Amino acid sequence: MARTPADLVEAEPDPPFEITFDGRTVTALPGQSVAAALWGAGILAWRTTRHGGRPRGAFCGIGQCYDCLATVNGEPNRRACLVPARPGDAITTQEGHGHADLAV
Amino acid sequence: MPTSPSEPYDLAVIGAGPAGLAGAVTAGELGLSVALLDAAGTTGGQYFRHPAPGLGAARPQALHHDWAAFAALRRRLGASGVTHLAHHHVWTVQRQDDGPWTAHALTGAEGDTPVRVRARAILLAAGAYERQLPFPGWTLPGVVGAGGAQAMLKSGLVLPGQRVVVAGSGPLLLAVASSLATAGAHVPAVIEASGYLGYAHRPLTLVANPHKLLEAAVHGTALLRHRIPLRTRSAVTEVHGTDRVEAVTVSRLDRDWRPLPGTGRRIACDALAVGHGLLPRTELATGLGCATRRAPDGTHALALGDLQETSVPGLWAAGETGGIGGWQLACAEGELAGIAVAARLRGLPALTGSRRVRDLARRRDRMRAFADTMAAAHAPGPGWTGWLTDATDVCRCEEVTVGGIREAVTGLGARDTRTVKLLTRAGMGWCQGRMCGTAVACLAAAGTEQGTVPPSAERRPLAVPVPLGALADQPAENDRTS
Amino acid sequence: MSNSSDVIVVGAGVIGAACAYYAACSGLSVTVVDRGPVAAGTTGAGEGNLLVSDKEPGPELELALLSATLWRELAQELPARIEYEAKGGLVVASDATGMAELRKFAETQAGAGVTAEEIPPGRLHDLEPHLAPGLGGGFHYPQDAQVQPALATAHLLRASGARVRTGEEVTAVLTGPHGKVRGVRTAAGDLHAPYVVNAAGTWGGEVAWLAGAHLPVLPRRGFVLVTEPLPRLVRHKVYASDYVSGVASGSAALQTSVVVEGTPAGPVLIGGSRERVGFDRTLSVEALRRLAAQATMLFPVLAGVRAMRTYAGFRPYLPDHLPAIGTDPRVPGLLHACGHEGAGIGLAPATGLVVARLLTGDQPPLDVGPFRPGRFAPAA
Repeated sequence: MARTPADLVEAEPDPPFEITFDGRTVTALPGQSVAAALWGAGILAWRTTRHGGRPRGAFCGIGQCYDCLATVNGEPNRRACLVPARPGDAITTQEGHGHADLAV
Repeated sequence: MPTSPSEPYDLAVIGAGPAGLAGAVTAGELGLSVALLDAAGTTGGQYFRHPAPGLGAARPQALHHDWAAFAALRRRLGASGVTHLAHHHVWTVQRQDDGPWTAHALTGAEGDTPVRVRARAILLAAGAYERQLPFPGWTLPGVVGAGGAQAMLKSGLVLPGQRVVVAGSGPLLLAVASSLATAGAHVPAVIEASGYLGYAHRPLTLVANPHKLLEAAVHGTALLRHRIPLRTRSAVTEVHGTDRVEAVTVSRLDRDWRPLPGTGRRIACDALAVGHGLLPRTELATGLGCATRRAPDGTHALALGDLQETSVPGLWAAGETGGIGGWQLACAEGELAGIAVAARLRGLPALTGSRRVRDLARRRDRMRAFADTMAAAHAPGPGWTGWLTDATDVCRCEEVTVGGIREAVTGLGARDTRTVKLLTRAGMGWCQGRMCGTAVACLAAAGTEQGTVPPSAERRPLAVPVPLGALADQPAENDRTS
Repeated sequence: MSNSSDVIVVGAGVIGAACAYYAACSGLSVTVVDRGPVAAGTTGAGEGNLLVSDKEPGPELELALLSATLWRELAQELPARIEYEAKGGLVVASDATGMAELRKFAETQAGAGVTAEEIPPGRLHDLEPHLAPGLGGGFHYPQDAQVQPALATAHLLRASGARVRTGEEVTAVLTGPHGKVRGVRTAAGDLHAPYVVNAAGTWGGEVAWLAGAHLPVLPRRGFVLVTEPLPRLVRHKVYASDYVSGVASGSAALQTSVVVEGTPAGPVLIGGSRERVGFDRTLSVEALRRLAAQATMLFPVLAGVRAMRTYAGFRPYLPDHLPAIGTDPRVPGLLHACGHEGAGIGLAPATGLVVARLLTGDQPPLDVGPFRPGRFAPAA
């Protein structure tokens, strides 16, 4: 029996690279989405809700539920399950609408 | 390919899953110029989702029973001259009078560059997304869609946890449990709300669809091999944990899916993969006024003619948009649609009189009948709302609770999803009601004498959010160039 | 449930709800009947504009000013969830010429009781920090306000205590001797009342026809764009000066003059397209493009903000762009309260109060002559 998904498909990925999540280093594989890279590091939540401040992460996994919205390199509301991880990406926990800087 | 940028394609296919691939390849091989648009970077759709090349998967077929069929379609696509437009998120489709169609899409690294693809015909093969029903704790991190867990595994080679309970209803659960277990997760149980007895009422349909029996047997074997118990007539009625899943409570259900008091049993786990079947993605078509039909599982699918055309001439559909039925049905429908479009555009009606078309139509009808039987067997029972509390979130985006919705129904007279939405904001958030629509329809119907109000077909004029800057950058209407 | 009441209101939109509310306040028993749910027509597709700023002196402005007062009272009586905000309006001009026109318009309004303060270009950003640079100035209208239309309607109906029968289509208006109204027929049975109020909005012409009356109400389509949730980014109802001329226009072609406003729930609403295309709900990319272009011109920060959804509403208008409020000249017992175009939310309370006064035989609170339904008598 395979012990990991990568074993199962006999994956020999290109060299891994690093991204950060709230400043912490996370290793990602080429071709993984931001959400997949975070799951790979055991991270399941990367935003808090607007009203209750509750943690959320990927839910539908296919870009339909928008629960996985993340702030990627300062840009809020990116769907982490669709956005490919790129070397050096800085992912930060998104609070609420992610646009606090625009408030007047 | 069109000879100049301003000349439309013969056909634009929206969605590169099994239906769209089959349709595009067929139309391309019949000599049409075809654009194949999809939001993903690779073809395959959700069913044939597979790792990106960078992950170097030598055996992607280990996660797919039917990889050979996809590989064949992909080879034909490469040879067909079809233009594959990856990373194209189509937000609306429009037609000016009797002129060509325009598919408005967003593309580019940030997904905010507007493009228009013009074509003389459209084949909509947008697929499906998972039907969800809320329960206490379903918004905790670690609770993921069953299809979502499958998708993340197939494309990113990751799991949501080590001990993953799989729950909900429908045949997809068996496939998901098999995949997760084969990829190394421990699956303590598969929790199925229906009794699987629905199938037994239609033995002839089953016999006529041996491939479905085969599929079930394959997944059944995998469950046995991994010693995964299947509990029918049961549901996860509560998730435990503060900031992530620590355990779930599973309760027995009666025939109507009403939880039986005192039957709750706790299962420790660090993730829950849950889903209640699939919903057709019809919004690009309903926005154009396409007629829909109500499938036996309560979902709304596009009403289609014998050759896959919608009620709007020039717009065809194939696969799950016309009703949930699986990848083989999708391929048959895609091929039929591809032939039908070529026949129409080239003025060759004889194309649709061939033996191949008759065979395809027969197979389609047979598989549709089976899909309807299966859909009815797994349709949510009216008692499911019995596991809700007033504090349970229904709308994940706007954090609208069961109590808030019940107040709008009993106190303010809301009787349908739209009115509940206007009065509570349930369904007004980012996902536009995709996750909560089924639940809101059920809760709204609770206030009516007849007990049920069919949810209306989805109307979402913007299929994906569009940056205002991109919207403003559209070429003005009379400018015909893209 | 008794099938008899003092008055039947046809239409569970904001106008019908206001008629029910003020009729009930006058001691009448009221039944509201609608073929759809509460606020399902134009009300549910509105932005909740309570504007005096866009109206020139005349009968509609009088109605709007009375309504503004009544909305302030209602905001005290109804739950806070109706999201009443006395936020004020800000009308901006792109240059000095536009500013001169605004000044002239504000001067004429001042005589009619509208308060407006001139905002020089240098002070625009004190009011709206995200406004584009280089604008010609504007006028601030503190009497403009906003309400969440569907919630306001539902709470008006609840507060009225009226019997609300949704999902029941009126198929006939029942009449007795001398053609006097005695109720309506629906699929669920007959409802009896000596008075029937036609508050069917854009569909008011059809209800009038059922009663043998004539009211030429026509639909004017308007799109609204709704953005993703945002913090308070736009403080007022902000629109460009050409909105006023667009509202008053008689042209059938697509016109857009944008109105931008925030909401307590987070999304910014962008409205202001108008076209006469019947009841066609098909998305118009061109209408959305113009709304987006004008909104991002006023507020460049919106260019990076996403529109999550859009909806179309059908504003009911009459040939002279004034509503029909009052008794029908030919059908005794029939009253009309429809045709408020894009201003129905704002004009609802005053309309309801007028109708209630007419029902009880009291003096209306203002001159209702200009709103006489009989002014559209068909040529013999």
